[in-house]
Order: sequence, then structure tokens, then C-alpha cells
Amino acid sequence: MKKKFNLILILLFFCFCFFVFFQALNNSNVYIPNNISGKVLSDFKGIKLENKEVVNSEDLFSGNDYYLLNIWASWCLPCRKEHSILMEIKDNNKIKLIGINYKDNELNAKKFLIKNGNPFSEIIQDKDGMISINLGAYGVPETYLINKKRKIIKKFVGQLNKNSIKEIKLLLK
Amino acid sequence: MKLIKILSIFIFIFLFFFKANSEEKKNYDLVNKISKNIRCLVCQGQSIHDSQSDFALSMKLVIEEKVSIGLSEKEIYNYLKSQYGEWILYDPVFELKTLLLWLLPLVIFLFGGWIIFRNSKIT
Repeated sequence: MKKKFNLILILLFFCFCFFVFFQALNNSNVYIPNNISGKVLSDFKGIKLENKEVVNSEDLFSGNDYYLLNIWASWCLPCRKEHSILMEIKDNNKIKLIGINYKDNELNAKKFLIKNGNPFSEIIQDKDGMISINLGAYGVPETYLINKKRKIIKKFVGQLNKNSIKEIKLLLK
Repeated sequence: MKLIKILSIFIFIFLFFFKANSEEKKNYDLVNKISKNIRCLVCQGQSIHDSQSDFALSMKLVIEEKVSIGLSEKEIYNYLKSQYGEWILYDPVFELKTLLLWLLPLVIFLFGGWIIFRNSKIT
């Protein structure tokens, strides 16, 4: 009787372990970023790509109601793909686009903008990538929708698409 | 008198460099220690200490900066956790959510020990 009880106990234990690990199999092991919506954007200081002027984030995000902060690089393929989307968003008067040029060659970045158009009102160089890390980014491209109080309304991970435009328009209403 | 003056200058310079070096070494060790416990954002099976991805290198620079301004290990972990969540740490915090993770090996170990003890008693 006692042996039977022990066997059942062991079986139950293994069933429990199996269930836990089986459930975990369904979970994606790819990192889903922490929900940072509602948080205030970290302060940063950077150099403008255009004229090498030093600028503070406080000065960058002043005057407009909404901002789209986009981390990009000329070497990043998804950034090339999403560029047309950014050009489309640029036409919206409610929003101002700020670019963070991540670990890029200055000349290549400028060539990229001449060839594909410049959707950004300001571009900040992030030569060592520290600004992006302090913003909580984990890949290029990455986009943050921010209000004038520098509160993050939405973070878009990866390439923007047509649905992102719809979502941004909805959030701006 | 002059010799003492020169000697004391030498000792001062030596101590200054020695202190600077030991401080540098201490900071270097702390950066390494923290880097080993931070998950790489790109190659997620590696720590940023082992990874050579762009984001891992940038994160190491951020850690170096935080260490140089005098932030403690815990403060740096908290900062990175606030930006990336608990996931960024390899060493998960002991809390209700991670209770099973921490206690299950101990339970299995004790259970195994109990079986061995019982069997040895029988034989």
C-alpha cells in the first residue's frame, strides 16, 4: 500500500514537471521587450548629424505635440525598407520626426538621406550606441511615439509598416 | 634635505599611479562581473561579456560609464532592469514568480537524498 502511494506520488511529481515544461515550450524564447509605454524618455545629449551642434533631449522635444523618435542606420536593411513609411509619416503636421543615427558612418548616413529623402527634422549621431542603450533599445530599427511631456506612448520594435501608420494615426486622434 | 624632498616626490608619484591603477583594475573587474550577468540583446544565449554584437559593445560602454561615475553593482542592475525588464539579468531575483525555479532543484536534491538514505537503511 505504501509502495503504491509512493509510486503515485512520484508519478504525480513527474506529471507536474512535464506539465510545467510542456507549457513553457509554447512560450516564445525570443525576447519581447518590456512594456515601456507610459514611461518618460531618458534624457540624453548628442551631436547633430547636420552641423555637429551639441543638443539636449529637452531642447529636441519642445514645441510640438507629438514626436516619433526613430533609431536607424544606413547599413541596416529593415531601415531602408521602412524609410518610405517614415517619409509618409513626415507629411503629418501633428508629428515631428527625430532620428538617432546608430553606429553609422557619417558619409554613408548623409548619402542615404540624399538618395532616399530626409524625413527627420533633427538627426542625432549615436556613434558608440550609448544613447540607444539608455533609451532601452535593443535593435535597429526601433521607433518611439512620444508626447510633448516626453512620455512614451508606444514603442515599435523592428520595421514600421502600413499597420504602424494606422496605429500612429489612431493614437494621435 | 634635498634628497628627502626628491624622494618624497617620487613616493607621492608612485602612490598616485598605484592608486589610479588599482582603482582602474577595480572598475575593470566590476564591469566584467556585471557584463557576465547581463544577457546579450541580439544573441540571447550569450552574456554581453562574451558577445561581440554592436548592442553588447554599446551596453558594455554604458556599464563602464555607470561604474566610472560611482554607481554600485546593484544600482546598475536596477537601471538596466528599469530599461529592459527582469529578463536582462541572468541571475533571476528570488520572488514569488521565480520561486519554483529556485526551489525545485533543492526539492529534487532532498528527495533524491531521502530515497538514497531510505534504500541504504533497508539494505
